[in-house]
Amino acid sequence: MTDNRQLLKGNEAFAEAAIAAGCRYYFGYPITPQNELTEYMSRVLPSVGGSFVQAESELAAISMAYGAAAAGGRALISSSSPGIALMQEGISFLCSANIPMVLLNVSRGGPGVGGIQPGQADYFLATRVGGIVDYHTLVYAPASIQESINILMQAYETAEKYRNPLMLLVDGMLGQMMEPVVVPDGVETIPTTDLHALNPWAVTGHRGSRERRVIRSLRLKPDELERSIEERGEKYARAEIELTSYEAIDLDGAEIVFVAFGSTSRIVKESLTALKRMRIKGGLIRPITLWPFPYRAFDGIDKRTKAVVSVELSKGQLIQDVKLGVNGRFPVKLIHRTGGMLLTPEEIVAAAKNISEVN
Amino acid sequence: MLPLFEYTKGMREEHTSYCPGCTHGIAHRLIMEALCERGELGRAIGVVPIGCSIVAHNYMNVDMCESMHGRAPAIASGIKRVHPDNIVFTYQGDGDLASIGTGEIIHAAHRGENFTTFFINNAVYGMTGGQMAPTTLIGQKTTTTAGGRSEAANGKPLRMAEIIATIESAAFVERVSLDSPANVRKAKKATLRALETQKAGVGFSFVEFLSTCPTNWGLSPIASLEWLRTDMIPYYPLGNFKTKEIGR
Ligand SMILES: Cc1ncc(C[n+]2csc(CCOP(=O)(O)OP(=O)(O)O)c2C)c(N)n1
Repeated sequence: MTDNRQLLKGNEAFAEAAIAAGCRYYFGYPITPQNELTEYMSRVLPSVGGSFVQAESELAAISMAYGAAAAGGRALISSSSPGIALMQEGISFLCSANIPMVLLNVSRGGPGVGGIQPGQADYFLATRVGGIVDYHTLVYAPASIQESINILMQAYETAEKYRNPLMLLVDGMLGQMMEPVVVPDGVETIPTTDLHALNPWAVTGHRGSRERRVIRSLRLKPDELERSIEERGEKYARAEIELTSYEAIDLDGAEIVFVAFGSTSRIVKESLTALKRMRIKGGLIRPITLWPFPYRAFDGIDKRTKAVVSVELSKGQLIQDVKLGVNGRFPVKLIHRTGGMLLTPEEIVAAAKNISEVN
Repeated sequence: MLPLFEYTKGMREEHTSYCPGCTHGIAHRLIMEALCERGELGRAIGVVPIGCSIVAHNYMNVDMCESMHGRAPAIASGIKRVHPDNIVFTYQGDGDLASIGTGEIIHAAHRGENFTTFFINNAVYGMTGGQMAPTTLIGQKTTTTAGGRSEAANGKPLRMAEIIATIESAAFVERVSLDSPANVRKAKKATLRALETQKAGVGFSFVEFLSTCPTNWGLSPIASLEWLRTDMIPYYPLGNFKTKEIGR
């Protein structure tokens, strides 16, 4: 059996997977720690019949992607926290016009320009969204490069099914590290003539053979706008049932249940082993989708659990969803670092020991 | 018998919501006529701005996409990547293009994007009720310059056609006026030439239409056309600023 694993840097693996999933249009503006992705796209997209444009700003990049996606193309956007903040204008329009797109936020520490080290401070931005709200972005938080690839391979189909932007929130650690991965074979480039039939809503030119199409965000009549929001609400309700995804480890008999996503969840997993040696039983809930958030996972927490602990690289953001999930059933605690500082398993173990003794 | 005048197939038979005497309608018709004459109506994709003409898609009989305020040139750049053989255009007002969207228009020209921008310069923000635009003339009264625009407070108005013409990869730049039948005919010629430039793929094409906004200027439709002639044209000279040869 041939081993088709390759050692890839996260950012390059994301780019390769997106292309394999059918992405042919990429618009980017330089920002650390995701530049390798932009650079990869500039090298590879033209050779697979796609287009790369280095945009003049993130505002322009998301707008170009909006145009490409409105025209039926599979577009990818990647950036990091300050750039994603600027892109909220476009993301709000994508949602209101029901346009599918895949976005990657290789996030870093904020606020403002912040720093360039990994962070999860974009949790609210990703899950509570930043534009004129009353919409949701579908948000995935993979914990490994391979899991990112697997999610990306399905991402366009999911975004197209829901006609909504889908974001992968991966922190700078996943973007910058290398892991052995398998990128599945890619899909063929879709000829533009086929976009006509495949996306019955996309602007392609009517050729005199059908009614004109209009991609709309403006709805001046309040009742029409309200109806469009309620209709979108129905699709979000469907997404909550169909897309919600998480991993639950050792909840049975756990004294402490940690909740962590992305690279942080890997550090928590290491801590669980160390805690076991100290005869403290820990469990983990790892949300794979951040929106829809897996609140139902919290129903699986053992009654004997002493505390549920949100572990995050942000100043108490994930903990809000943890509290909603716990719904008053257990004490909720926070272990966190910010600014690009990482948590070590030792830090988590020490904090957990403390919680275990106090409670 | 040959009809002397009829609806162009490019326009849908709808009454527009534009104010009496507003020249948006004339610009719409010119662009749609030009697309029809070149047999490109079915291949055209337009991007409408934030502004009075966001509703242009109710009237223009082509596929259209709404835009974030000022971002139409970036959206058109994305559409053109997916459909390089289609005619792609943006239709934008002066608040949209010359203020919030300056970055997008300059860089579309900078990249030599093969689409066409139709720029409606009516010297005010129309939709929001007549505030000062970057194109508002010195001394012109608006709701945010009640005593008239002063150079000391606001600088002098931007001449977008001239600015775009300085950009190397802009291939066709012309300013026209919609104030008289003769000028409307010239505007049609420039529109056709811009579409030919796009078709030939030699770079960015840009037509600026000097237009009226009787409601926000506080003038009658006739007086508005007169003001356009006596006040706007002297500051915004008509004519071609750039024509790149089209190899035939
Ligand atoms: C982000 C944002 N800022 C401001 C507005 C409000 N707004 C609506 S139309 C418009 C500009 C209209 O002026 P112009 O571009 O000159 O076009 P006109 O209406 O005169 O044709 C503005 C500022 C908006 N819709 N979105």
